[in-house]
Amino acid sequence: MVLSGNDKTNVKGVFSKIGGHAEEYGAEALERMFATYPQTKTYFPHFDVAPGSAQVKAHGKKVAAALVEAANHIDDIATALSKLSDLHAQKLRVDPVNFKLLGQCFLVVVAIHNPSVLTPEVHASLDKFLCAVGNVLTAKYR
Amino acid sequence: MVHWSAEEKQLIASLWGKVNVEECGAEALARLLIVYPWTQRFFSSFGNLSSPTAIIGNPKVRAHGKKVLTSFGEAVKNLDNIKATYSKLSELHCEKLHVDPENFRLLGDILIIVLASHFARDFTPACQFAWQKLVGVVAHALARKYH
Repeated sequence: MVLSGNDKTNVKGVFSKIGGHAEEYGAEALERMFATYPQTKTYFPHFDVAPGSAQVKAHGKKVAAALVEAANHIDDIATALSKLSDLHAQKLRVDPVNFKLLGQCFLVVVAIHNPSVLTPEVHASLDKFLCAVGNVLTAKYR
Repeated sequence: MVHWSAEEKQLIASLWGKVNVEECGAEALARLLIVYPWTQRFFSSFGNLSSPTAIIGNPKVRAHGKKVLTSFGEAVKNLDNIKATYSKLSELHCEKLHVDPENFRLLGDILIIVLASHFARDFTPACQFAWQKLVGVVAHALARKYH
């Protein structure tokens, strides 16, 4: 799976429209992931995962920042997220299936807040981008 | 048998009551074919699928999308008996249509995105949970008779 020139343009466009809301979107995506896929909470026994939780908000900010970073370095996501990739492989070891679940929830959040931005073509590009990010984060797992 | 709480049933029914089946069905199928282009393999008889614009405007895609989502309505009406509701359709998808059940999961995920874009804040996390559960149950029921 390769991000075309159009995909990269579309993804950068989405994040530019999201702008400063990225942090909220990150938090909402996590909240929805915990609500929709309760098994994902098993990675956060040390968190208060109730809706509105300050820890979830803070973590959502981190997740969003990583996505923004990846979008800003979309020609080389692997280098941009290399440290995060190491972290997930060595320490966090989140099962790869879960990146798809968070990706789905992020798409839902974008769809809710920016339906006109998420045209079918942009939807395709963003889905590919989120897959690419997931692939990078799990690339060093074995 | 799947257990549905009263709240889940209410969330599903009340959202479904507001769904324009023709529009949402057409949009969901078009997005499936655009976002996961390999799914076009099942629709070689549909004519022009050469671009997102072609797919969205394709009358066969629209008609088939409506058909698929109308059938989904049967699940909503028969939440306590989804397995039986889709028994024959499951056999059909296996024996005649030869569709990998993974495609049902893909379409389910796309439907969730379409609902989210139409219902915005009304598509609460609780609503997303109930609907994600429903699309999963439907996908499972459609795969159940595979052999």
